Amino acid sequence: MGSDISIALPEIVLALYAIGALLAAVYTVKDAAAGLLVWVTAAVFVVLAFWIGMDDSAAQTAFNGMFVADGFARMAKVMILLSAAAVLVMSKVYMEQRNLLKFEYPVLVSLAVVGMMVMVSANDLMTLYMGLELQSLSLYVVASLRRDSVKSTEAGLKYFVLGALSSGLLLYGASLTYGFAGTTQFEGIIVAVQDDVSLGLLFGLVFLIAGFAFKVSAAPFHMWTPDVYEGSPTPITAFFATAPKVAAMALFARVMFDAFGGVTGDWQQIVAFLSVVSMFLGAIAGIGQRDIKRLMAYSSISHMGFALMGLAAGTAFGVQAMLIYMAIYVTMNIGTFAFILGMERDGRPVTDIQSLRMYASRYPTRALAMLVLMFSLAGVPPLVGFFGKFYVLRAAVDAGLSWLAVAGVIASVISAFYYLRIVYFMYFGEETEALDAPSQPLLGGFLIASAAIMVFGVVNLFGIEPWAAAAAGTLVN
Amino acid sequence: MIGLEHYLTVAAALFVIGIFGLFLNRKNVIILLMSIELMLLAVNINFVAFSSFLNDMVGQVFTLFVLTVAAAEAAIGLAILVCFFRNRGTIDVEDVNVMKG
Repeated sequence: MGSDISIALPEIVLALYAIGALLAAVYTVKDAAAGLLVWVTAAVFVVLAFWIGMDDSAAQTAFNGMFVADGFARMAKVMILLSAAAVLVMSKVYMEQRNLLKFEYPVLVSLAVVGMMVMVSANDLMTLYMGLELQSLSLYVVASLRRDSVKSTEAGLKYFVLGALSSGLLLYGASLTYGFAGTTQFEGIIVAVQDDVSLGLLFGLVFLIAGFAFKVSAAPFHMWTPDVYEGSPTPITAFFATAPKVAAMALFARVMFDAFGGVTGDWQQIVAFLSVVSMFLGAIAGIGQRDIKRLMAYSSISHMGFALMGLAAGTAFGVQAMLIYMAIYVTMNIGTFAFILGMERDGRPVTDIQSLRMYASRYPTRALAMLVLMFSLAGVPPLVGFFGKFYVLRAAVDAGLSWLAVAGVIASVISAFYYLRIVYFMYFGEETEALDAPSQPLLGGFLIASAAIMVFGVVNLFGIEPWAAAAAGTLVN
Repeated sequence: MIGLEHYLTVAAALFVIGIFGLFLNRKNVIILLMSIELMLLAVNINFVAFSSFLNDMVGQVFTLFVLTVAAAEAAIGLAILVCFFRNRGTIDVEDVNVMKG
């Protein structure tokens, strides 16, 4: 029992912190404590990330095999915690200026992060479901954080209805898997599907995949993404685009390999289909978008398609490629959203991409950083974003999915159009009403740091490659 | 004799009714919440039926978790719905359309 608790200690600490912070703020100064709470929460995230990252012990299970702490879970948790901390810090001033900085915000983000950490450590369908719901329920609330705005509450409502539908699908899949495998533990399921998959288990697998596809916003289950991204307050959108995506993708890989690793051929085709549809839908539907938040939604759909390509390979190298891709994607998105958070005119947020016309003539450094990020998102060679795509493409080719790799290259070229259009607007085109001068050095810092990582990371990807290989090795064996 | 298949058939039927309720309903968001509840309860029937069939308690434990989460989910859904109603003055599904998606 004592060792069980020590294995899950980071999650327990964070959960207790969230409860403590909630109680302390309610009984004292309420929203006046919000600014302090944001900093403390971000600091707690960073400390936990280092704590988890320093730990390199072998895989251990706790609570009768319901919870597992291995290298894969640890790497996903570090990515989740650091990106959540970055988004919290970036959002503080934006939320303050718009009177949105309530003490519930950091508390809900902490609870969502606890849910994500449980998700990536799940080793049983029950743990999986509880983690997923803790994350989802917190995210529904933060999506509608701006209670007096039609758009924000509508985003929350749509997210809630479609999120609940996806939980229902996933749960139906879980019930079929339980019934036909006779257990909810992943170790038991993988034994039950060792030689051949019964029809009931196949249905369970398909429903589970449909539920995960909703959570990672892979086409054809992506329809909530653009509306939720557009309607939520921008810092919340930045949060949606980073940590939950990593958690859902890691959970997807965990279930596919830990529970259904013996029947790779059965799910490989489904995941490859999701991947190719997402890449093309994200690339083509993004072209018509004028709102940069909607554009980022389609961009994230397309990027999830690429990450799924690594998963579709069904090999340890594929999982490594997926982890590297997610790390790069999250870093790029944090920088891009730092830029979007700084887009204001007369103190009001602007999201129309037309407002960026001739941005470079006024703010050359920021425009250059954004240019690097856009090129990196598009996957233009010398930048780090290219290496993310290169890894997943190589994983797909090695696994004999050359058609998928070719489709990925074509989709990547199509999606380059809308990234380059933003660059075009910033450097060419006619003058429009100017955006406000960037007022927050912190956002500029995140933007430039993220762009610098995209340039200097080409040397060795900051050592993430061996780390991802070790993490993938603990998942696939 | 009523066997496992019968329970699974009922659960599958309820689940499908729930999904159709979500997609075909054009009237009221409350009906969406009821459809979601129906889907989760169909899953519970599945779990209990399997639990009894397999002589294994885990399914019933899972059911209790699902019931608890469903209650929390309904509470949050209604809270968001109340906020939406305050801003929009209606809860018709057709009016949830400020953003075109």
